[in-house]
Parts: sequence; C-alpha cells; structure tokens
Amino acid sequence: MSTLPRALTLPAQPAAAQAARRAARRRARQERSTAWAFIGPSVVVILGLSVVPVVWSLLLSFRADDLVTPGRWVGLDNYRALAQDPTFRTAVGNTLLYAALYVPLSLVGGLALALALNRRIRLIGLYRTLVFIPFVVSATAQGVLFSFILDPEFGVANALLHQLGISAQGFLADPDQALYLLVLISLWSGVGFCVVVYLAALQDVPPELVEAARIDGAGRAQVLRHVTLPALTPVTVFLLLWQLITSLQVFDLIYVTTKGGPLGSTTVIVYFVWQQAFQMFTAGYGAASAYVLAVALLVAGGALRVVRRRQGRTDGGVR
Amino acid sequence: MRARRARRMSAWHLVLAPLALCFALPFVWLLLSSVMTNAEINRFPPALWPKGVDLGGYRYVLGNAMFPRWFANSLIVASVAVVSNLLLGSLGGYAFARMRFAGSRLLLGLMLATMVVPFQLTMIPTFLVMKWFGLIDTLGALILPSLVTPFAVFLFRQFFLALPREMEEAAWIDGCSRLRVLFSIVMPLARPALATVAVLTFLSTWNDLSWPLIAINHDTQYTLQLGLTTFQGQHHTKWSAVMAGNVITVVPVLVAFLLAQKTFIQSLTSSGLKG
Repeated sequence: MSTLPRALTLPAQPAAAQAARRAARRRARQERSTAWAFIGPSVVVILGLSVVPVVWSLLLSFRADDLVTPGRWVGLDNYRALAQDPTFRTAVGNTLLYAALYVPLSLVGGLALALALNRRIRLIGLYRTLVFIPFVVSATAQGVLFSFILDPEFGVANALLHQLGISAQGFLADPDQALYLLVLISLWSGVGFCVVVYLAALQDVPPELVEAARIDGAGRAQVLRHVTLPALTPVTVFLLLWQLITSLQVFDLIYVTTKGGPLGSTTVIVYFVWQQAFQMFTAGYGAASAYVLAVALLVAGGALRVVRRRQGRTDGGVR
Repeated sequence: MRARRARRMSAWHLVLAPLALCFALPFVWLLLSSVMTNAEINRFPPALWPKGVDLGGYRYVLGNAMFPRWFANSLIVASVAVVSNLLLGSLGGYAFARMRFAGSRLLLGLMLATMVVPFQLTMIPTFLVMKWFGLIDTLGALILPSLVTPFAVFLFRQFFLALPREMEEAAWIDGCSRLRVLFSIVMPLARPALATVAVLTFLSTWNDLSWPLIAINHDTQYTLQLGLTTFQGQHHTKWSAVMAGNVITVVPVLVAFLLAQKTFIQSLTSSGLKG
C-alpha cells in the first residue's frame, strides 16, 4: 500500500471504511448465526418439551380424552368433577398431611443435626457422610428396602418388636400407619440434604458476631437464638420452599411401597394424576388435576417469595 | 489443645454415633439380607445375621432376571444424558453469557420459567409427543427429554459470566472461532461447573422412576429402577434376590458418591442456593 502514489490511495479511504463496516456487519451476522447454532438444540429440547406440553395440558384439561381415540371438548367439566371427587379430595388431604409433617420435621431435624455435626471431633467426617448417604439413593431403592424391613411377616422391624414383646404391626399395610411411616422414610433420606445446606450456611455465620455476643455475656442458647438463627434465615426460607415443592410432588416412594393404598390412605396428588392418565386412561381429567397441583405449587412458591421480600424490607428498615 | 482433643473423647460421640448408626442400619440390613438364604429370611422371627455368605440371590438376579440388561439400559441413558448436558448446556450457556443476539433475554427468561413447571403437568403431553415420534418403549423416549435441562444451561451461563473476558477476547481477535474459544480456553476453566452438571444429571437420570414408568412397557427397555420395582412386585417371596437387585441398583451411586463426595455435596448445595 505504501508504495502506491498518494492520489491513488486517497479516494480509496471511504471505500475502506465502508468495507470495514460491511465486515463488522458480516461479523455480527455470523455471530448471530453462531449464537443460534449454540442455543438451538437447547431451545428446541427445553421449550419444545415444556412450553408445548404446558399449553397442550391446559387444552387437554378441557377435554375428555383417553390418549387413544379422538377426544371431545367438555369445557370446565373436568374441574367441576374434580371439586366433587372424594378420591381427589382424599389425595389433596393426604398430600397436605404429608407435607405438613415432612417439611417442618426435615427442617428442624436438619438444623439440629447440623448444629450437632458442626464441630471438630474425630470421626465427624464419617458421621456427616452416614447422615447424608440416604439422600443420593433413589426413592425406588429406598421403597424396596423399606417394604422389606417393614414387611409384616418377614420384616426385621416386626422381629425386633417381637423381641421387645410388642405385638406385630401392619406397618405399610395398615391404613392408620402407612402415611406416617412414609413420612419417616422420607425423613431418613431427605434430612441429609437440609443438614448439608445448614452446615454450609453455618460456616458463613460471622465468628466475630458470635464472639461479640459471648463477650456480652450471652449463653449458648442465646447465641443460637439471637445470632445463629437470624443469620440462617435466608437458608431456612430456601429449604422451606424446596422441601415444600418436593413433598407436594412425592410419587416414586409411594408407587414402590403402597401404590396409594391401603384403602387410599397414601394416595397423593401426583399418584392420582398418574392413575387417572395412565391407568384409567382419563387423560383430560388427569391433566385437570395436574393443573390444580401446578397452580398450588405456583401459589406456594409465590407466597414464600413475597414473605421473603417483605422480610428483607423490614430487616432493612430496622437497620 | 490438639493433643488434648486427641486424648479425650468428646461426649458428643454418645449422641452422634447412635444417630449416624440409625442412618446406616437400613443399608447394613440391605447388604446382610442380600447374602442370606431365603430360608433364613422366610421364617419368623427372621435371622438377624446370616450363617454364611449365600450368593443365591445375586446368581438368580444376574442369571434368571434381566438385571444386567436393565443395568446397561440405565448406564446408556445416564451417560448419554450426562455427555449431552455438558455439551449442549455449555454451548447454550456460553451463547447466553457472551454473545449478543436479538431475543436472547426473552429466551433465557422463558428457559428459566420452565424450571418451575412441575413434571406432572408436562408428563401427559410429553408421553403423547414421544408416541408421535414413535419413541415409546425405546430408550430414546428416556434420553430425548433429558438431553439438556434449563438448569444446565443456566448454571453454565452463571459460571461463564463470572470468568474474566480478557483471554477469550484476545483469542477471538486473533481469529479463533467462538467454538474454539469455548473449547480450548473457557472449558478448561469450567471444571467445577462441569462437575456439578455431571453429578446432578447422573443422579436425576439414574434415580428416576416416574418417567420410565410412563414411557416404557416392555421389560427389555426397563431401567434399573423400573426393573427393580417390577421385580419386587413379581417375586415378593424371594426377598434375598430382591435385595441383591437392590444392591446392584444402589452401588453405582454409592461408589460415585464416595469417590467424589466433596463434589457431590458442593453440587447439591450450590444448585439450590443459586436458583
């Protein structure tokens, strides 16, 4: 370029700028197509298998459909029938009872265990591992294992009770015990998650704060109540929401152990949805009940978020 | 201080040891009963300790039942899901973190919104979609919906956003393609994100029961979880075989967990807290 006479290079400059602009535009276009190539598969899979089904489910819930023959439009009939269906009402009641027991117990138990495990003594790593291990095991394996342990005839639980002189129990075959035992099994496997989350959060409680409270004469219980617990509030809210959502969606454990029985005493909402859609082939009715559950989950999540935000605001105001 | 701690036993052991034992005992019983004879189990009260190691349950499960097949099916589904979540999740996450294109915010928002949609709401239409694709009763029906999750995309995006841009920009200006920048510069730094996505994808696909239960009818296509629960239903007097099958279902997860305990716990705690 430098060897060319001036007169020749000068008029070329605007063209060069234009070329640069064109190159930039080409690059942006290229960037856009690269970006779409990058996200394309994810968009197709994620949106295709969630947005489409969400809308489809809603349409299905207004129809009578058996998944095989063409269905017909029935408007709000499915929802009206749900409101009067005693099985559905039982399922809602069972789910709420399960959640009302499992959520607070797993939080309180998790916090207590985390506080107990939050010290440096020998074997503490082993203790923590043992408490957490049931969490990574599938609900199916848990269910199969506990239906064996709690088997009225051949189970080890009744054998132990026998040695203690207590008469044999029905356990999962007893409508008065089954749901409570399922809560216990879920606690055995689920509390470990609360423990590790609380343990991680306990490491973040500022030690200066605890020390300052100690110097001011606070006892252990007071430190726990006025320093540690308030510092754990965000984690507690998260766990509350998480465990609530998990417990409202419980299915695998129930399918494996009781199949909703005995006498419908462990039929929960998801089990009801599954049964309606894939056993009774009343998919429209199943979709309607799934929508009721989804709305309940959204409301629960939304309410908690509002509470959390309001809490954050008042905390800020006090400070 | 340290010497004293080592010498004196903490009183907390009296609380913690029995508690930890409560969590461990069901597994101990699982192992013990899997090596018992059916005669030892099927009497009242059952034996609490096996007389010897009887591998009849394992022989039955590995020989007569389809456990090896189910194990392979589970392994195929879980490994394809892990690899594809790492690949598609990082590609998508990188595009959302670093590249500008029209509609990216809207798309990201939509993807995040799908994370709160419960599975029960989508399961019936997803079944119909899979039926339309002709995938029902094949492993494809299990693989396709788990190819990539919004969680993987979002986790990678968050991780990439926290990385410094300078090196990437230098490489890009030197004429490296985005793909090369991602794979030769960004990915080696993304080990923690890769581990988290791999662990959570493996756990959720290996442990899932509800979707295989809906999508699979034929026993050659069962996953371990589905096979185990069906097997239990059909053989409720062969408890030692059922427990042997249960051990086979649980062991891969336990081994993976014990090998990478720190990664597992970090993944599981961070996953929720960031969401």
